[in-house]
Amino acid sequence: MATYLEFIQQNEERDGVRFSWNVWPSSRLEATRMVVPLACLLTPVKERLDLPPVQYEPVLCSRPTCKAVLNPLCQVDYRTKLWACNFCFQRNQFPPAYAGISEVNQPAELMPQFSTIEYIVQRGPQTPLIFLYVVDTCLEEEDLQALKESLQMSLSLLPASALVGLITFGRMVQVHELSCEGISKSYVFRGTKDLTAKQIQDMLGLSRPAVSMQQGRPLQTPEQPPISSRFLQPVHKIDMNLTDLLGELQRDPWPVTQGKRPLRSTGVALSIAVGLLEGTFPNTGARIMLFTGGPPTQGPGMVVGDELKTPIRSWHDIEKDNARFMKKATKHYETLANRTAANGHCIDIYACALDQTGLLEMKCCANLTGGHMVMGDSFNTSLFKQTFQRVFNKGYNGEFRMAFGANLDVKTSRELKIAGAIGPCVSLNAKGPCVSENELGIGGTSQWKICSLDPSTTLAIYFEVVNQHNAPIPQGSRGAVQFVTQYQHSSTEKRIRVTTIARNWADAQTQLQHIEAAFDQEAAAVLMARLGVYRAESEEGPDVLRWLDRQLIRLCQKFGQYNKDDPNSFRLSESFSLYPQFMFHLRRSPFLQVFNNSPDESSYYRHHFARQDLTQSLIMIQPILYAYSFHGPPEPVLLDSSSILPDRILLMDTFFQIVIYLGETIAQWQKAGYQDMPEYENFKHLLQAPLDDGQEILQTRFPMPRYIHTEHGGSQARFLLSKVNPSQTHNNLYAWGQESGAPILTDDVSLQVFMDHLKKLAVSSAS
Amino acid sequence: MSQQGYVAAPPYSQSQPGIGGFGSPNSSLHYGHYGDPNSSYSAPQPSVSKSAVPFGSSAPVGPPPPGAHQLSQTNFQNGPGTPGQQPHRFQGPPPPGNTGASYPPYSPQSQPAFPNAAPASSTAQLADQLNSMQINNYGPGTTPSPGHPASFQSPRLPPPPTQQQMVLPPGPQVPPPPTSSVNGLCAQQSLPPMARQGGIPGPVPPNPNLQQLPGQPPGPGYHPQQANYGPQMAGSQLSYPGAFPGGPGQLSGPQQKKLDPNSIPSPIQVIESDKAARGGQVYATNTRGQVPPLVTTDCVIQDQGHASPRYIRCTTYCFPLTSDMAKQTRIPLAAVIQPFANVPPNETPLYLVNHGETGPIRCNRCKAYMCPFMQFIEGGRRYQCGFCNCINDVPSFFFQHLDHMGRRIDHYERPELSLGSYEYVATLDYCRDKKPPNPPAYIFMIDVSYRNIKSGLVKLICDELKTLLDKLPREEQEESSAIRVGFVTYNKVLHFFNVKSSLAQPQMMVVTDVSEVFVPLLDGFLVDFEESRSVITNLLDQIPELFADTNESETIFAPVIQAGMEALKAAERAGKLFIFHSSLPTAEAPGKLKNRDDKKLLNTDKEKTLFQPQGNCYEALARDCVANGCCVNLFLFPNQYVDVASVGLVTMYTGGTLYKYNNFQLDGDSPQFLSDLRRDMEKKMGFDATMRVRTSTGFRATEFLGAIYMNNTTDVEMAAVDCDKAVTVEFKHDDKLNEDTGALIQCALLYTTVSGQRRIRIHNIGLNCSAQLADVYRTCETDALINFFAKSAFKAILSQPLKTVRDILVNQTAHMLACYKKNCASPATVSQLILPDTMKVLPVYMNCLLKSCVLVGRAEIPTDERAFHRQLVMAMGVADTQLFFYPRLLPIHSLDLKSDAVPAAVRCSEERLSEGGAFLLANGLSMFLWLGASVSPELIQGLFNVPSFAHISTDATSLPDLDNPFSKKLKHILEQLQSQKPYTMKLIIVKQREQPEMLFRQFLVEDKSIYGGASYVDFLVCIHKEISQLLS
Repeated sequence: MATYLEFIQQNEERDGVRFSWNVWPSSRLEATRMVVPLACLLTPVKERLDLPPVQYEPVLCSRPTCKAVLNPLCQVDYRTKLWACNFCFQRNQFPPAYAGISEVNQPAELMPQFSTIEYIVQRGPQTPLIFLYVVDTCLEEEDLQALKESLQMSLSLLPASALVGLITFGRMVQVHELSCEGISKSYVFRGTKDLTAKQIQDMLGLSRPAVSMQQGRPLQTPEQPPISSRFLQPVHKIDMNLTDLLGELQRDPWPVTQGKRPLRSTGVALSIAVGLLEGTFPNTGARIMLFTGGPPTQGPGMVVGDELKTPIRSWHDIEKDNARFMKKATKHYETLANRTAANGHCIDIYACALDQTGLLEMKCCANLTGGHMVMGDSFNTSLFKQTFQRVFNKGYNGEFRMAFGANLDVKTSRELKIAGAIGPCVSLNAKGPCVSENELGIGGTSQWKICSLDPSTTLAIYFEVVNQHNAPIPQGSRGAVQFVTQYQHSSTEKRIRVTTIARNWADAQTQLQHIEAAFDQEAAAVLMARLGVYRAESEEGPDVLRWLDRQLIRLCQKFGQYNKDDPNSFRLSESFSLYPQFMFHLRRSPFLQVFNNSPDESSYYRHHFARQDLTQSLIMIQPILYAYSFHGPPEPVLLDSSSILPDRILLMDTFFQIVIYLGETIAQWQKAGYQDMPEYENFKHLLQAPLDDGQEILQTRFPMPRYIHTEHGGSQARFLLSKVNPSQTHNNLYAWGQESGAPILTDDVSLQVFMDHLKKLAVSSAS
Repeated sequence: MSQQGYVAAPPYSQSQPGIGGFGSPNSSLHYGHYGDPNSSYSAPQPSVSKSAVPFGSSAPVGPPPPGAHQLSQTNFQNGPGTPGQQPHRFQGPPPPGNTGASYPPYSPQSQPAFPNAAPASSTAQLADQLNSMQINNYGPGTTPSPGHPASFQSPRLPPPPTQQQMVLPPGPQVPPPPTSSVNGLCAQQSLPPMARQGGIPGPVPPNPNLQQLPGQPPGPGYHPQQANYGPQMAGSQLSYPGAFPGGPGQLSGPQQKKLDPNSIPSPIQVIESDKAARGGQVYATNTRGQVPPLVTTDCVIQDQGHASPRYIRCTTYCFPLTSDMAKQTRIPLAAVIQPFANVPPNETPLYLVNHGETGPIRCNRCKAYMCPFMQFIEGGRRYQCGFCNCINDVPSFFFQHLDHMGRRIDHYERPELSLGSYEYVATLDYCRDKKPPNPPAYIFMIDVSYRNIKSGLVKLICDELKTLLDKLPREEQEESSAIRVGFVTYNKVLHFFNVKSSLAQPQMMVVTDVSEVFVPLLDGFLVDFEESRSVITNLLDQIPELFADTNESETIFAPVIQAGMEALKAAERAGKLFIFHSSLPTAEAPGKLKNRDDKKLLNTDKEKTLFQPQGNCYEALARDCVANGCCVNLFLFPNQYVDVASVGLVTMYTGGTLYKYNNFQLDGDSPQFLSDLRRDMEKKMGFDATMRVRTSTGFRATEFLGAIYMNNTTDVEMAAVDCDKAVTVEFKHDDKLNEDTGALIQCALLYTTVSGQRRIRIHNIGLNCSAQLADVYRTCETDALINFFAKSAFKAILSQPLKTVRDILVNQTAHMLACYKKNCASPATVSQLILPDTMKVLPVYMNCLLKSCVLVGRAEIPTDERAFHRQLVMAMGVADTQLFFYPRLLPIHSLDLKSDAVPAAVRCSEERLSEGGAFLLANGLSMFLWLGASVSPELIQGLFNVPSFAHISTDATSLPDLDNPFSKKLKHILEQLQSQKPYTMKLIIVKQREQPEMLFRQFLVEDKSIYGGASYVDFLVCIHKEISQLLS
């Protein structure tokens, strides 16, 4: 039999799902005693090269409250052409088209290998994708130029039929009309006045009469391209126009006096963008792409005043309740984000500035709508340029790696209920029998909307076992979960992906070892981390850490093997062995620690953590460290200060940064120029190897990580030193001066100390 | 409020009952009487047909029925019976196509209009009264000569005495047949007074005083005072017989030994005699209190210490010494200041004085500027301020020794010591925020709603601007204008244009948030025309096409001004908005207006609301505009009510000019509009101006009237001031004046030039003071008086019922004249109407003012037209008001082709017209070419190049350019008339007895107005009656 590891991996590849527990405790009581909740990481539109979509509609369970999709787990009576829903046990007739089915002639959705299947359905008119650029013009000339070039370049990457629009903002907000010949025309809005969607639509001339015309038009001339407004035009029609328009974009012409920030009306600009799409293209795939080079300084959504002498809020200010604009601004952007989500659009934020740009306040725009959030120092960096280019990357079949307007519906068998989800989604408030009253993350619903997603977008979905202890589940039976994701493919097709999974139930009292063995510690670490990060958004940092610690201790108590009050006797089985270490690094991670991070950075990190898949999330929690040396092939090494050796080159991937660190000796060699001497070609290769590997990571990751090349003693080495486990510090003198590793000057506890404490607490009979 | 001034009369601003000394019951009775007939004119009741009432019997009390047009009526009725050409003129009821509605009222029932309760009911009595009347200067019984319009032929009057005096023949000589409804009608107006007076005095003996009457050759300077006034009439004679106007043959002047039937004072004669006496001469302003030539007289003015009358004209050049005297005379003490008045090329332009960084030298106490009124003492080390008498040190850089006369040696080298008018360069202290101003900007804001696009107006404007922008005003020494230009179009929303020179083509920025309008761009909006020429030309080419298929018909207005103002504010410039607007702004936005033109309000206490703006949006806007130096010029193209009172308000307060082209037609009206636009654009003007009027001790400026805004009581703020704008300032005593020092006035105007320099323009004038009332009367200037009366009355109608305003005007006129008669005239003239020489034409002008459509509420007169006129007059200078109220009527059938001169005008009365003649009439706003029905074919050929009268098209608004002396001469005259007039006059060709003639006849201001204004004679009678009442 395959190991659980293989099983887990196989499942992930096939279904894009990883559960914290792969054998499920059969009662509510036991489930709660497992500490780590029953949950999964779901990647709804994971790329499946081997999964050709089928071109018909799924067959649904006829019970109105169920509507589960026919799946391989259903019992089928081929004779009577009936099938039983495995969730509600309703017996359903097959539709007439299925008249010919038999044991040997099964439709795909009944075959076991199609536990995940994708349907292409023809519903409603197809609308081209929409890209609405919202561009800040309060930039330095150089930055603006770079941004303009990136934008012009992006036009060539868009599908020809896609609609594009342009809004620029500075002190004023300009909505550019793209259809006009001759004079370029734009509608201007004051950057300080919040307008309702209706006002915006009235002012742009998009109100009622236009709408009724739009409705009437398809009937009269169905062959005509879908409705478009003056502000959103097909790329192929206006790319020349728009290229010129972008080329002529000037910096915001309003003078900025010394000691002032430029007046930037980001809040109103976004509001207008949202209002524009709301009025013209509700419920179709659309990206609002906000490019901003600084904080909003006026109007609704302002984050900081225009006086340079008042700095933008820091965590310290926020703790002291000194961030005057934060609450109001956050509220403004939340309202916008919710409206956007309700319309199925998404907002990307590309913020490039040395100082903060207000991501903290604006984060919900990207978080709730599945938009991207990119943070850089300048638009004139490869980090931004390549990241932006990567937004339009194409997948294996030449299609954009983006999907829109997904509607995720989760169905569970009776023993399970849905507690909530954490990810770039909003609740659709679909109450139902399988919705738990206990919420974890965004709960109270069995459906979520993910306005924009890409193949790696991953949601954490938490469940609750509701089976009562005294109503045992029959031996060998399985619990099932079905994920139905309806979305708009980048080709504008409507698709439905259905994933149905099942796991065995086990009695925790008698079969704990089964459950234990089926524990997926990686998934569990990420799922717990998501919960922690989710809490950290609303709670005080220390509270979250305490909660995490308590959970860890409880887990160790439950699954560790030890003698009471004897820390040295403590052992964890293999399937749990890495978990404490993940928690150690999670505690130190920027997702939970705000020290040394600006509020914007924290928001940025958390944003990405809440949407990446398991592998990336793990990298974020515990960065990967590779060592390159003459002693052997490149190898992963412990993320520990002891790994920092003079004759090694280290490559660290923290997801957000790629750090290449030359050990002391290597750095000296490089300075001496050995790599240029033919006789030391192997040294040249050694130097090159991490660069190549780093490049490979850079090529594939979104957003592009910050690339740092440093050496022993270099100032940038801090990126490495802050991540490794400080096993040697100035405090533990015994290591001081020893050959192995480098001491880290920190008061943080090391993993060893952490583990010692953990053991002590786990075995303590007091707790 | 001043007791002397009309404006100041309490009723306007305070609620004091009565007017000064006029509160006596007696006089109030008088007003009542006067007022009643007045209101009877205006009672809008077309086509009443109550006729048939015998005159005598009528005399009803109570609300007077519709005014009838006695004069016309007269003609009408008499027509058939009279010989000569009269029948031709009024051939019976007007054809249906006529301006008709106003015609019917001329039915013969004016009688009920007589408010008088006097029992003048029997014909016998009437006859009796009529018999007793005497009217001066009857022609000697000549029969109407065919060449003259015989409008009033009805009762043939007996030959008057051959004297020139205006003594009526004894009663019996007047045969007023009671059955002649005509005369009856006319007479009736005057009946009441007679009745009141009870007895009718016999014929008044010829009065020696009359001898010099109109015909007297003008003496040098002023006439000896008492001798020459206009007509004197016995009170009893005033009861205005219909016969008065006399036959055509009686027109000739006294010098021709023919008796002038209209020997009542003639404005034409006054103007001509002044012209003859002073025209073409050099007038040096070297004497304090000297009365300048009339505005109608051309002469060269030399500044020798007092401001030229082009800049300042006073109502009187000799102030009464005390306020008691002033109250007694009730002559308003006022100055009409036109600080930027155009100066002909043969007069010296203003000198510029630059004192460098120290700035202008000013009195430490009253802050008056250095001027010829400062007395240097102590060897030139100190000077005494002529205004407040403070002794100031002379700054060392300014020191100069005095000569033996006590005058500085450099007296003639320094304009500020020797001239009445000059300019100072202002220092930064005089600038906004102590920063040198930017050159001003002109913003063109074009209404591109459906109608303007369809009418072709937008294209017309855009095309014109392309060439016009080359002519922006500039300093003489500069090559190009420093003025920036910007462009906005609008309908329901605003479109701003970025015309930055670096752009390949203009960018349009639409601002739809009209509830809170703002300027979307700064850089690229206001540009240098030269630099951005290609972009601007591109823009102007595109604008008409851009909106070619618009169907937006709603417009906004207040946000447009707001936008322009904000743009100037953001650019830190003063400037002028040119707004081309055509409809009532009904779109949802601030300043939205509704049609409130309610004819029912006419002649009620609420009539004044028609002249007030709707809401307070526009006033607030005006205030902001003035505060930011934003002048608003408005070109209106309405074809229905647009609420001029509201939309024009900002224009009025910001020193802008309002132009109105009703039912604009591209073909006919473009020349007028374009000419206005050109002239306005090229106008020399000052921006962001503040005016301060300082006076010597004993009196001060109390009231300012004009296109101005005042935040406090002393500073006159004008967002801009141009050559045509005049501010009328009223003065009041606050102490006794001094005969020696006189009354000194200094007007200082701080402004920004077209090139962005800050300057102070100073005008100084010194007036005399006298304890003799006669001196005051002798130096009065009627034209300035009328300007003052017009403005103050037009201001007063905002707060008072029109009737009250009219009553006050009449009243004050009577008072002024009564005071003269009482104090200055010889006692022998008790029962006669005696007019001071300088006020000879006051009654006729006053009557014209009273008849102006602003003061007469009639349903036929569009409210907008009245508001428009009101606004225009408020900003007018003396010359403009003179022409506006008493139009120029030129006979052109008898032109002297050899001379360059404009022919002598004739009096504005129908009887001056002749069927064989052609007349040109101009009032500063419009021009009429009236052609008699039998005008000679040669003349027609010469002017129109058509063979006959019937071929002449009245649609044309200009005359063809023909190569014949006659046409050229006429063209020349038209040019002359037009020159220096603020508005381009549209030429309307009127054929006798064709429809537009009604319009034309409104301007024959000596006649009864079809809208109910009294004829000159009627009014004189009335005034005389008032005076008699006052003196009795």
